[in-house]
Amino acid sequence: MCDLLWLIPAAPLVGFLILIVLGSRIARTAVSVIGVGSVGISAVTAILVGVDVIGGTPPGDAFSLLMWQWMNVAGFSAEATLYLDGLSLVMMLVVTIVGFLIHLFSVGYMADDEAFSRFFAYMNLFVSSMLILVLSDNLLFLYLGWEGVGLCSYLLIGFWYREPDNVAAANKAFIVTRIGDTAMAIGLFLLFYSFDTLNIQAILAAAPQQWQPGATTAVLAAALLLGGALGKSAQLPLQTWLPDAMAGPTPVSALIHAATMVTAGVYLIARTHVLFELAPQVQFAVAVIGVLTVLVAGCSALVQSDIKKALAYSTISQIGYMFLALGIGAWSAAIFHLATHACFKSLLFLGAGAVMLSNHHEQNMFKLGGLRSRMPVTFVTFLVGALSLAALPLVTGGFYSKDLILWYAWASPVSTWWIWAGGLVGALITGVYALRMVFLTFFGEAKGHFTGRPGLVMQIPLIILAVLSVLIGFVQTPHSLGNIELFSDLLRNVFPAPAEVSATLSTEALMQIIAGLACLAGIAIAYIFFLRSPRWSSAVAENPQGALLHRFWFMGWGFDRLYDRTLVRPFVFVARINRRDVVDVVVTCIALTTEAFHRALSLGQTGKIRHYAVGMAIGAIITIGIAVLL
Amino acid sequence: MTTIFYLSTIVAIVSTVMVITRKNAVHAVLYLLVSFFAVASIFFVLGAPFAAALEIIIYAGAIMVLFVFIIMLLNVSRYSGDPDPEWLRPTVWVGPVVLVVILAAQMVYVIVMGEWSATPLVEKTPKEVGMAMFGPYLIAVELASVLLFAGLLGAYHLGRRDDAATEERAEGS
Amino acid sequence: MIASVPLEHSLLAAAVLFALGLVGVLVRRNTVFVLMSIEIMLNAAGLAFVAAGARWGQPDGQIMFILILSMAAAEVSVGLALAFQFYRHFKSLDLDAGRTMRDWHV
Repeated sequence: MCDLLWLIPAAPLVGFLILIVLGSRIARTAVSVIGVGSVGISAVTAILVGVDVIGGTPPGDAFSLLMWQWMNVAGFSAEATLYLDGLSLVMMLVVTIVGFLIHLFSVGYMADDEAFSRFFAYMNLFVSSMLILVLSDNLLFLYLGWEGVGLCSYLLIGFWYREPDNVAAANKAFIVTRIGDTAMAIGLFLLFYSFDTLNIQAILAAAPQQWQPGATTAVLAAALLLGGALGKSAQLPLQTWLPDAMAGPTPVSALIHAATMVTAGVYLIARTHVLFELAPQVQFAVAVIGVLTVLVAGCSALVQSDIKKALAYSTISQIGYMFLALGIGAWSAAIFHLATHACFKSLLFLGAGAVMLSNHHEQNMFKLGGLRSRMPVTFVTFLVGALSLAALPLVTGGFYSKDLILWYAWASPVSTWWIWAGGLVGALITGVYALRMVFLTFFGEAKGHFTGRPGLVMQIPLIILAVLSVLIGFVQTPHSLGNIELFSDLLRNVFPAPAEVSATLSTEALMQIIAGLACLAGIAIAYIFFLRSPRWSSAVAENPQGALLHRFWFMGWGFDRLYDRTLVRPFVFVARINRRDVVDVVVTCIALTTEAFHRALSLGQTGKIRHYAVGMAIGAIITIGIAVLL
Repeated sequence: MTTIFYLSTIVAIVSTVMVITRKNAVHAVLYLLVSFFAVASIFFVLGAPFAAALEIIIYAGAIMVLFVFIIMLLNVSRYSGDPDPEWLRPTVWVGPVVLVVILAAQMVYVIVMGEWSATPLVEKTPKEVGMAMFGPYLIAVELASVLLFAGLLGAYHLGRRDDAATEERAEGS
Repeated sequence: MIASVPLEHSLLAAAVLFALGLVGVLVRRNTVFVLMSIEIMLNAAGLAFVAAGARWGQPDGQIMFILILSMAAAEVSVGLALAFQFYRHFKSLDLDAGRTMRDWHV
């Protein structure tokens, strides 16, 4: 079954090609079948491959499928190889299964849109690129997938391209991630320069022999790769594009900006973990960036009024948790949180999409309310997702993954107390804003203009994702709660086990109780401020300091304004004064010369036959003269 | 014989100069006729009586009559626009005249000082010309006839009036 | 045999006549005069051919002259018909009247 590995990225690619060429000419049903079916084929094949791998079929620890030799030129050879180990298996399953459910949801969500086939074509291309990214064994091939997802993100954010705001958001996303991509490309150059190959496994095997821990080249390479990851995963300081990217359709936000593309940075760092272990400074920087992002984005999510922007900031914050885990060496915990986050965040986005679709595309939470009775299925699934996000103890998947991260934040010798404290405060804030969304949208008096419940094709993915959000946690439970280690077992051949300060079961249980209390406290705060006594939240917002803080957090801590002042305006200024430069002069000279020749030659066009006859006579004389002389 | 040749040449050249400098079109035509007659006599001297006869009959006879016809039809003298005042200014004609004078001096020198060998005069009778024309040059004769046919059709078509009266007459006949 | 005229003299005569005809084409503004000058040039060419034929003692020169003659006849008829149309359209025989395209007010 592993031989069919190539089918997994190939099926959506074929779907894209068919839809982009024929999409506008075939019926909607056919478009849906092709668009959803191609991802479905990938999902089914991925599950079958996963069953094979878990059953222990491929010999050795990993399965590698060489598809073709991409290029072999002057000492540089790159192959298009697919590599299957525990890590890529997990990513593949996440991408295909969540992707399939989101595609299914989109059939209902985008049903009224006129560019139906273009949407599915781009989504299919995205899934294909993402699968290439996670399955690739060669950094160049990975970069191909990296750029592919960047392209599809641009195309899908600016999907409704007739609105200039959407186009601006798409440009912003592309340019900001480009900064990261450039850093990553330079990192690839450095890696090739050091190792003469871009094959991932070869680099990971050769790196410890070539570099001492803390060597300058290692630090540089790791830092550059980190730069690329920061751009794609929207972490500080390159996080400004993600809230704007909510201009795209909601399934796009669910797939790209919650579950898959933004986790590509996490995957990259996890995949090249050997390099980061050889550069401890950079790895620590990853953790610091992670914890800072958790807090910054969490505070911003707390004050948003647009439901999608709140979820966007929440995504940035949760990926900060993953970076935190990566930074302290808890690799499998980070991937575990990636998987659970994919489930509940896409569920939340799809639920938000269902809410918006049924309320005349109203995105402002303060203008919605009381949807609990009108949209019961959506309410229940959204609640499950929000509780998983808040990490409600014991019953939700989010709890198990977030708790694992917090445990390692406490127990790892690399981590510091403030990293753990930051994570804990972040968990509290998460609880507050997650339930805030639920209370504002679904409880209270009904304010919005309700147009009807979402259809079955939209409700089924919501239900499936809700179930997954709950069940997925149980593949990895702490020592004190059943000690199920399915997940880390799957990844034990990929990652080294995180170093742990020796701790007893009771310490672990104590940590879990503290984490659980933080979550419950957050939920309680949200309940009090937004459901029981909304006057208190208005009072805080109207307080002068509160209002200032509110505005500051609302703008995303002012990063947009900072970048505008320091980067954008100087650049535009320089471009403006450089409008007429040397290159311009050269080009206009060509035009002016042509015009001069035109004027000179047009003097010869008098229209008088006698002048033309004179010309002919002179020409004949010259020609005969030359013929006679030579 | 040769004196006739040189005299005729001088007459031809002088009358041609008069042709291109007259303002009155009919005068120019008359001078042109004189020029053609002079050239015909040159032909006689060269031993080509058939060519001389044809020159007079066709060139002087038919073609010049066409010219006269057009001149009469269009009343040319009134619409000539000649001479172009711009080209009569000294700055224009001084240069070419100097060059021509140099060339003429060269020509006179060559003729007077050169040693020329005279070839014997052989007269080509019309009979010989006819034998050559309908012998090896038959194709050329046929092509010439096609050319004349084309000229005829072209002249007819181009000379048509495009008004209702002509259309009616064409329809009615 | 009676001596004939040297070939070079005849050719010189033809050249002079041709140059005069060319000057007439370039200088005159009246269409009919231009056509007459063209006839002068054709005549000069015919003179050159006949002189060459007499030099070599062959009738070929006269045959060429006959062909030139027929060509001149055809050309004159067509040319004068065109001059006729020109006159009817531009109301004058001045060649400079036709220096712009129709309907351009230059």
